[in-house]
Amino acid sequence: MHSSWYLAALLVVPLLGALGALAAARTRDGAYRVAVATSVVELGLTLVVAFLYDPHVAGAHTLDFATRHVLAAPFGLAYDVGLDGISLLLVVLTSLVLCLALLGARDRRREPAFVAWLLVLTTCTMGSFLAQDGLEFFVFFELTLVPSYFIVAEWGGAERARAALKFFVYTFTGSAALLVGLIYLAVAHQNQVGGPLTFAFSALAATTLSHGTAVWLFAAFAVAFAVKSPIWPLHTWSPLAYAEAPTGGSIELSALLAKLGSYGLLRVAVGLVPLALVDVRPVVLTLAVVGVLYGSLVACTTPDLKRLVAYSSLAQMGFITLGVMSGSAIATEGALLLMFNHGVITAGFFLLIGFIERRRASYQIHDLAGLQGPAPVLAALFTVVMMASIGLPGLSGFVSEYLILIGTFATHAWWAAFATLGVLASAAYLLWAFQRVFHGRAHGPNEHLEDARVAERWVMVPVVVLVVALGVFPQPVLNRIAPSVDRLVAHEIAAVHP
Amino acid sequence: MSLTIPSIHYLALLPVLTTFGAAVVLMVMSALAPRPLRPAAPLAVVLATCVAVVVEAAFQWSYVADHGATTTVAHAVVLDGFAVVGTVAVAVALALSALVVHDWGARARVLGAEVPVLALASSAGALLMVQANDLIVVFLGLETLSLGLYVLAGFDRHRTGSSEAALKYFLLGGFASAIFIYGAALVYGATGSTNLSSIAYFLGTNVVLRPGLLYAGGALLLVGFGFKVAAVPFHQWSPDVYQGSPTPVTGLMASIVKVGAFLALVRVLVSALGSQLDTWRPILYALVVLTCVVGAVVGLAQRDVKRLLAYSSINQAGFMLLGVWTGSAQGAAGTLFYVLTYAPVVVATFAVVTLVGGVDDVRHSIDGYRGLARRQPWLGGALVVLLLSQLGAPLTVGFYAKYAVLSATLASGGGALALVALLSAAIAAAFYLRWVMVLVAEDTEDGAARVAVPRATGLAILVGVAVALVFGVWPGPIAAWAQHATLFFLP
Repeated sequence: MHSSWYLAALLVVPLLGALGALAAARTRDGAYRVAVATSVVELGLTLVVAFLYDPHVAGAHTLDFATRHVLAAPFGLAYDVGLDGISLLLVVLTSLVLCLALLGARDRRREPAFVAWLLVLTTCTMGSFLAQDGLEFFVFFELTLVPSYFIVAEWGGAERARAALKFFVYTFTGSAALLVGLIYLAVAHQNQVGGPLTFAFSALAATTLSHGTAVWLFAAFAVAFAVKSPIWPLHTWSPLAYAEAPTGGSIELSALLAKLGSYGLLRVAVGLVPLALVDVRPVVLTLAVVGVLYGSLVACTTPDLKRLVAYSSLAQMGFITLGVMSGSAIATEGALLLMFNHGVITAGFFLLIGFIERRRASYQIHDLAGLQGPAPVLAALFTVVMMASIGLPGLSGFVSEYLILIGTFATHAWWAAFATLGVLASAAYLLWAFQRVFHGRAHGPNEHLEDARVAERWVMVPVVVLVVALGVFPQPVLNRIAPSVDRLVAHEIAAVHP
Repeated sequence: MSLTIPSIHYLALLPVLTTFGAAVVLMVMSALAPRPLRPAAPLAVVLATCVAVVVEAAFQWSYVADHGATTTVAHAVVLDGFAVVGTVAVAVALALSALVVHDWGARARVLGAEVPVLALASSAGALLMVQANDLIVVFLGLETLSLGLYVLAGFDRHRTGSSEAALKYFLLGGFASAIFIYGAALVYGATGSTNLSSIAYFLGTNVVLRPGLLYAGGALLLVGFGFKVAAVPFHQWSPDVYQGSPTPVTGLMASIVKVGAFLALVRVLVSALGSQLDTWRPILYALVVLTCVVGAVVGLAQRDVKRLLAYSSINQAGFMLLGVWTGSAQGAAGTLFYVLTYAPVVVATFAVVTLVGGVDDVRHSIDGYRGLARRQPWLGGALVVLLLSQLGAPLTVGFYAKYAVLSATLASGGGALALVALLSAAIAAAFYLRWVMVLVAEDTEDGAARVAVPRATGLAILVGVAVALVFGVWPGPIAAWAQHATLFFLP
């Protein structure tokens, strides 16, 4: 077991960076430099933690770097962190996305505040992924709302006020159910075993519940996470928020915060009340498949690139939900992998759209045409990211979707069969959009579009490397996450078939 | 006929006596002084009083910890942990309000010691309420609290709105007091005593065969309390009075009335009528639902920040009622935690509103706040923090306040009620956030006047923000304190 100070550092470094950025606000570019330096340190630290992580910690559990300190006993509030295979990839993704958002989507308007919010958001997200305690998880989960609200509300597009408010109120409402559910579960646990109130995941998972209660609790948790993910039909805040957010905000929202939803679904809903799965599984699986198909269909008709990616994300989140809910270890591993891959791919998409927007001040598809001529590198980068998203074998999207589909097929064949249609649809809408934007003859301002600059190319390097590397050789990563997933799925199966 | 003088335990009465004494001294001082008092003098007296009250509360706390809870003056006044915490809450709210009133008085040329004297007297009433163990003493406290506030509400003679507020508050408040005392009389008729402990004892040892009188009395008491804490449907006065009263007074009103009335309500319902739990709980259930939902929904339509804050405080009152609904010690601790942390935050919020309102105290349209956080990041940022705390965002104390009452509610089996309350908080979030949005919006008014922040008001705001943030990160001490206080709770 490694020292928990690594994880404390992961939480504190971005906060210090945010303070540093505000302190350096007066010097030219000072805040930006501090923020970039912080994000690089954070990423380095994350990679160290990811390599040190030992999936076979002595004892029955797979938590490494764990510690627990009770902060407020009457409230059951505790600082309880630990890393296991389920969090591992998402922790890496958090740091990576921060780096990409800072380097690739620089926003010079009131920059110190912007980068400070991004850094604070990183701490909140990191905290949610590291928390091993329900209340602590909730605090971090809810806290992500504040920075993301301000990022959308202050730096967003024309309709930012409406988008930010809609985003906040939807998510806050969902969280209300989550909080009530968590307290209910903790109180039930306290009534059963006595002792002080606790929210530790390991303790709560052992609570004995009646079947009906379990279903209600699952529903309460699932509502919160379905809003966050988003899962159809609670997705309606997301296209507006993704489209109106500044590029950095869109990246954080779709690549990272959406994963909080599916992570929560796995860790909290499936992990704490697996008994409910008997009843709710068909419902959630159906919603996931509907989300895949609906997202794909709407993506075909949407007139702008950001919304296209937003709806394609809805479809991808449907796949992830399918894997999380499938009850198969392989599909769950695939879902975790897809959370990471989709994060990287979406970040790539939004970065590229940001580059186009920087040049043309528009991301409407009908404003763009024939960009491949003047900007071949940009087109090439877009192609790689797009192919990964479609699921071309050899790129990362394929591996994860394949794992999800074969895992789900073994347990819930019909749902897997319908979801497969979504893979076809994604090829249709992405290729069609690509064709309209990059092919054909460039007119007007499109004709002299500047190709990707050196800095922009470098930002895309990690995206392309990860897309290819995880597409060709994902086994080392799967080995690290498998023990934790197996444990979780075993717990789930034990609850469903006692 | 012989008259028995009840024994008096002076430590228990000391905070009330100190505060009343300070009010009298200040009044006499200002009447007898050859020259008008310097503006700092009343402030110094009030602050000294608050410090004295807090020190006395510390002695009371150690007494309670050593000897347990006790009653005095023929069991009419109680000294227990619950009362001590309430005393501290009132003292803090009074001190912060006095700081705001000081600057406002200097700017609005409301000189003299009248406002501090009335504030002290009102606070003494609130202090009496948190210690009351007799319906008559509750009533005395309630009236003392209200009388001062009736006058303070009308103190801004230049604005008709202020007179209107005073008249409305006075008339409706008078009605509510009459209803309350009628309720007390009926309860006396049903149980043979106005003493809360005796009522509890009577109800615990007797079967009330025809409980109509008791129920009617209890219902009327509840109406009286409902009016004071602005629970729906007895809330109609509050938006008008909040809007019309001078803003610093509104801050005082929103804080000490809540502390006094809620603590007395907990004593009356949970300890005196605790055996009738099953009867009053459904009524409170309805009150909580109505108060939370109406406060949040109607708040959405407000464009005047003082009215908005009035509806916000109605919504908050719903949450405080939630703790009372549980009828458990945990719920009482939750309500105590709620009022204790809400008071400084709401006073600080009204302090910011006072400053932005300007000398005439009229600039209260939400549009007046456009870009404030950009022009003046510290002042605007402070308001954002205060609003987020009332919204219940994590890392602010408001989150733990909501959490405390919600966990008590769920422990008492009120899952649906907790969910409704929390969903109302999500609705309320919309109007808090709309305000935040205006604060951080780009500044369209060119050269909009900077809002000057005088030192005393700045200090009050700082304290409110510090409470919101420090105890938002580290709620342990206050949570433990509120819990201990309820352990020393005297039924």
